[in-house]
Amino acid sequence: MEEKKIYSRPKSLRDVTMSYCPGCGHSTVHKLIAEVVDELGIREKMVGVAPVGCAVFAYDFWDFDVTEAPHGRTPVVATAIKRVLPENIVFSYQGDGDLASIGMAETLHTANRGENITVIFINNANYGMTGGQLAPTTLIGQQTTTSPMGRDAANYGYPIKVAELLSQLEGVKYLERVKVTDAPSTIKAKKAIKKAFLNQINKVGYSFVEVLSSCPTNWGMEPTESNKWIDEKMQEYFPIGKIKDVEK
Amino acid sequence: MRKGKIKIDFDRCKGCLLCIRECKVKEIKEGKKANKYGYLVPEFICSGNCNACTLCAIVCPEAAIEVYEIIEAKK
Amino acid sequence: MSVNTEKVFIKGNQAIVEAALDANCRFYAGYPITPQNEIPEMMSKRMRDAGGVFIQAESELISINLVLGAGVAGARAMTTSSSPGISLMQEGISYMAGCEIPGVIVNVQRGGPGLGNIAPSQSDYFQATKPGHGDYRMIVLAPHNIQEMYDFSFEAFDLADKYRNPVMILADGLLGQMMENIELKRGNKPKYPDKDKKWALTGAKGRHGQKILSLLMKPGGLEAHNFDLFEKYKNMEKDELRFEAFNINEKNEYLIVAFGTVARIAKGAVKKSQRNIGLIRPVTVWPFPYEEIKKAAKNVKKVFVFEMNMGQMLNDVKIAVEDSSKIEFYGRPGGGVPTSEELYSFINKVK
Repeated sequence: MEEKKIYSRPKSLRDVTMSYCPGCGHSTVHKLIAEVVDELGIREKMVGVAPVGCAVFAYDFWDFDVTEAPHGRTPVVATAIKRVLPENIVFSYQGDGDLASIGMAETLHTANRGENITVIFINNANYGMTGGQLAPTTLIGQQTTTSPMGRDAANYGYPIKVAELLSQLEGVKYLERVKVTDAPSTIKAKKAIKKAFLNQINKVGYSFVEVLSSCPTNWGMEPTESNKWIDEKMQEYFPIGKIKDVEK
Repeated sequence: MRKGKIKIDFDRCKGCLLCIRECKVKEIKEGKKANKYGYLVPEFICSGNCNACTLCAIVCPEAAIEVYEIIEAKK
Repeated sequence: MSVNTEKVFIKGNQAIVEAALDANCRFYAGYPITPQNEIPEMMSKRMRDAGGVFIQAESELISINLVLGAGVAGARAMTTSSSPGISLMQEGISYMAGCEIPGVIVNVQRGGPGLGNIAPSQSDYFQATKPGHGDYRMIVLAPHNIQEMYDFSFEAFDLADKYRNPVMILADGLLGQMMENIELKRGNKPKYPDKDKKWALTGAKGRHGQKILSLLMKPGGLEAHNFDLFEKYKNMEKDELRFEAFNINEKNEYLIVAFGTVARIAKGAVKKSQRNIGLIRPVTVWPFPYEEIKKAAKNVKKVFVFEMNMGQMLNDVKIAVEDSSKIEFYGRPGGGVPTSEELYSFINKVK
C-alpha cells in the first residue's frame, strides 16, 4: 500500500501562519497566487506590491520579492518596477480602500496606460484592517462602523463596480470577477488568476481579477455564513464572470 | 473508487470549518482540541469514505490540509 | 572614458535634464507645473532617446510613487515639480526615507501659499529642510547659478545612492528660467553604484524573497529603526555639509546669510558696499552650517538674513548666532525678487 501526496502547501507560500482571520478570503487568494507562481515556475521573477490594509504584511507570507507601497499608490509602484524590469512578473495586490477609494486615480490611470501588470483586487465590501468602516464597495443597506444605520445612497453614494468601470478603457485587456466561497468557485478563481499572470508573461497587457472575498470578523458572521452572504447578497450586485477578455 | 486520506496541520488551522462544509462524504468533523492559537482544529474521521477529491484542501484558506491518495499494491 | 567638457548656453531647467542623463538616470516621471515645464517636455524626448523611461504622470502623487517604485527596482530616478506639487509628494518622500529608497526630487519654487503665483520664491525652505511626517532628514542642495543647477543635480544621484535616501534640489523659478554659459561634464562617472543593488527587488533568483518596508509594528522595532536612520543622518551632517564663505575675514563688520538666488543678489550688495561685509551661503540647507555661521557672526555688529520668504532660514540663523539681537531680516515673499540695490539700501538704513 502506498500513500501518494496529491495536494500540499505551495512552496511559494512560506510555512508560517498568516495574520488573516479564520475564513478570510485573503488567505485563500494568497494560497492561489502561490500555487500559480509554483505551477508557472516564476517565483524568481516575481515582484509583488503589497497594499495598506489587512494585506500590508503580505511580504511575510510569500517567498518572493514584495514591497510596501503608500496607501492607494500600489499599482503605480508596480508600474515603475515593471518599466524598470520588464522581464519580471509584477503584480499589485489591493483591497477596497487601496484600490477603489484613495487609490482610484492610480487604479484608473494605470489601467488606462495599459501597463503590462497584473492587479488582484480583494473586494470584501468594507475596510477590514481599520475595523470595518464603509468602503466604496459596501452594499446599500449594509451596516458598517461608519454607516451604522446602513449605507444609503443619498449620503454615501452607490457601491462601485470597479471591474465594469475599468472595462471601457482600451488599455485594459482582461477583467474577471470571481469568488472563493467553495471549492468549485475557488478552482475558477485560480484559473482567472493564472490567466491574469499568463497575460503578463505573454505581453497581452493589463489584467485585473476582482475577488469577492469574505470578512467574517467585520461582517459579524461565521466563515461559512460569510461565504453564504457572498453567494446570496454580494453576488447579486457584483456579478461573477468575465467582463473583458481581449486576446493580443 | 479512489481511496484517500488527509492530514490537517494542527498549528496552521484556524478552525473556520469550511472543510467540513465542503466534504461530500462527511469524513471531517469538528474537533475538541485547541491549537496554540486557541482554534479548535477539525478532525479527519478516517472511516474509509475519503476519495481524495481534494475539495477540502482547495477550500482551506490556510493551505493546512495535505491530501494523500492511497494506492493499493498490485496483487 | 575621459570627461570632456562641453560649453553650452542653457536654461536652468535644461541643465537639470542634462545632469540627470549624465548621471545615468534612466527614469523620469513628472507632472506639468510652471515654472519647470521645460523639464518634463525635454525629458519626454531626451530620456526616451537615451533608452530610459519617461512617464508623464497624471499627478504629483503618481510622480513621486513612480520614482519610489523605480528606486525599489534599483534604478536611478528623478521627479521635478514646484511648490504645491511638492506638497503632494510629502507622503512619498517620507516613505522613501523610511524604506531607505534613493531618488532625486527637484523643487523649482514659486510663490505661495496655496496656488500662489508662478514667480520665483524661497518659501519652501521649511518644507525642504524640516520635511514630511516622521523623523527623517534629507540632503537639500540649493544652487545659486546655472552651473550649480547642473553640478548639484548630477551629484544628487550619487548622494541618494550613497545614503539610500531621497535627495532634494531646492531651486527657484528664476534659476529655472535663466540662461547662462556653463560646462557640461560629459563622461563623468557616478561615484556610487547605480546598478546591482543587493537590497533592490529584482526577483528572488537563487534566494528567498526580500522585502522593502517602513512599517515596523513589533514593540521597539520602529524606535530602533529611527535610531539607525539617525546614525546615517549624522554621517550626512559630518560628510556632506557644504557652504560658501564669500569675503569672510576677521575684519568683517557685517555678516550676510543668504542661499540660492538671494545669495547671488546679496553678493552684488557686498561688492557695492564700502563696508567690509562677509557672506555665508549655505550650499546644503540641510545639513546647515550652524558652526560656520556662529564663528563668522561672533565679532560682527550685525547679521543680515535675506530670503525670498517671510523668514524661514532666519530660524536656523537664530539658532546659530549666539546674540540673536544683532540679526536683521529682510524678506520678499509671494514671488518678489530683491535687487542688490535694495539689499544695499537696507544694510545702510540699519543703525
